[in-house]
Amino acid sequence: MSAPAAQSDALPQSRIDFVPVLLVVAIALGAFALIGSPSTWVTLTVAGLAMGLLIFIMASGLTLVFGLMDVMNFAHGLFIAIGAYVAVSVMKVFSAAAGADSLAANLGAIAPALLAAIVAAGLLGLFFERVIIRPVYGQHLKQILITTGGMIVAEQLIHVLWGADQLTLLRPPTLRGSFLIGDIALEKFRLASVVIGLATFVGLVLLLNRTKIGLLIRAGVENKEMVEAMGYRIRRLFVAVFVVGAALAGLGGALWGMYQESVTVLIGAQMMVLIFIVIIIGGLGSVGGCFVGALLVGLVANYVGYLSPKIALGSNILLMVVILLWRPQGLYPMSKQ
Amino acid sequence: MAEALLTLAGVNTHIGHYHILQGVDLAVPRGELTMLLGRNGAGKTTTLRTIMGLWRASAGEIRFESVDLAKRDTPAIADLGIAYVPESMGIFAGLTVQENLTLAARKGPLDAARLEWIFRFFPALKKFWFLPAGLLSGGQKQMLSISRAIVEPRKLVLVDEPTKGLAPSIINNLIEAFSELKKTDTTILMVEQNFHAARSLGDSVVVMDSGRIVHSGRMADLAADEALQTRLLGLSLEVHQ
Repeated sequence: MSAPAAQSDALPQSRIDFVPVLLVVAIALGAFALIGSPSTWVTLTVAGLAMGLLIFIMASGLTLVFGLMDVMNFAHGLFIAIGAYVAVSVMKVFSAAAGADSLAANLGAIAPALLAAIVAAGLLGLFFERVIIRPVYGQHLKQILITTGGMIVAEQLIHVLWGADQLTLLRPPTLRGSFLIGDIALEKFRLASVVIGLATFVGLVLLLNRTKIGLLIRAGVENKEMVEAMGYRIRRLFVAVFVVGAALAGLGGALWGMYQESVTVLIGAQMMVLIFIVIIIGGLGSVGGCFVGALLVGLVANYVGYLSPKIALGSNILLMVVILLWRPQGLYPMSKQ
Repeated sequence: MAEALLTLAGVNTHIGHYHILQGVDLAVPRGELTMLLGRNGAGKTTTLRTIMGLWRASAGEIRFESVDLAKRDTPAIADLGIAYVPESMGIFAGLTVQENLTLAARKGPLDAARLEWIFRFFPALKKFWFLPAGLLSGGQKQMLSISRAIVEPRKLVLVDEPTKGLAPSIINNLIEAFSELKKTDTTILMVEQNFHAARSLGDSVVVMDSGRIVHSGRMADLAADEALQTRLLGLSLEVHQ
């Protein structure tokens, strides 16, 4: 089908709201003024972007699950933990390649570890949706109770399978250390995290805006009933989104484990606070909002941690409060019917 | 009168503790536009939503051609060629006009000839093709909602109060569009409160009160009988418009 005829100059154009993006830039510039040292600022900024993008990978699925399915899944951290633990196990299997001083060999260990994390978390998500979530669709209180309970049970199962001790998830040699540009140190793994996070964001944006499935997801976030009345089976879409969200959390968990070089059963639960802050800041159901929110959280955590470590713990809560006072529905609120 | 495309027999619908439809018997003739009239709260919207499967009938039979709709879910009902234009319009505000129509086209890509046919009645949609639907005016949103329902040929279109809150000029535009749609042998069941629109478009009419059908007949007969209007609807339709 060809698009309709050319449009007149007087047409109202769709306006993209750049103010939240400018806020990210403003915070970065403000931090530059406060920090003073360009090299420290660049290092902190890259660290903040890496942290933010890793949080985005973990949070993007949850925001769609919230927006599209109206499901409060407090067990999302479970998928993060499973991704991290599976990555530990696979990296052990490929320990020789993981320890070799060769990029190709290292990738030969990391790629199957990340892939296994994605698949394991996705399959667990499929099981979780069918067994735990499906009976409580539309019942928020029960969702909170049953997903929290499911998380506790699953954490104990992780103890059974992997033990209660902290496990190490060492980065391969080629991803350790930093690139030095003058007196600026750019950690290799953080740069890799930025690349993977940006690729995930671009992939999601293309999926949501360039495919019919993406249109359905966006439409479903706004008005599920109308999507069904148009003949689409939204339940299948629910399951697919849940599984993809879980798989992304698994990928994020594996990367976060490598970022910290250690894994405990609480890795997911600890991240959930930041993830909830990000999806609330961004606007429930908005992937773009989740992206900007994650960048804000990552940058603020790193800048404040350097400038005033004593208030670092509360900085993201403060950020959320300020943003919700400014935009009570989040940075990019989704219209819901 | 033409044979019935859709029949409801003894349909009951409960919403929570409320018993809304209390044995609705209704026949919608094929190829005609049937007006569903009644006071507020009579059960008109519930009737459309029950046909569409958005609320489940607790008793009774809803037969479309030879299929019992009461046993099907909403997507399966839509798959039979039934489209629904809700009172709220149900447009996807964050999607563009193009994206809204693309989703409505179930059989494949948008048909250019069909689009041009729609644009003849609703030129604003062509003009605002790439604009998010949430930025359209109320009338334009209604045009989009109706266009989604007819972007592909449908056997039955359920329309809930399409003229509600719209300016007279836009109402005339909608009347023209539905008049053209009727020429394509599309069967329409429409809830309408605007008598000018109801009289202009309706072939047959069904009046509801308290969850039951209290009158069925030809629209022309009801339009000509002021006493009947007063008895059924509580006031003259001429006054009601």
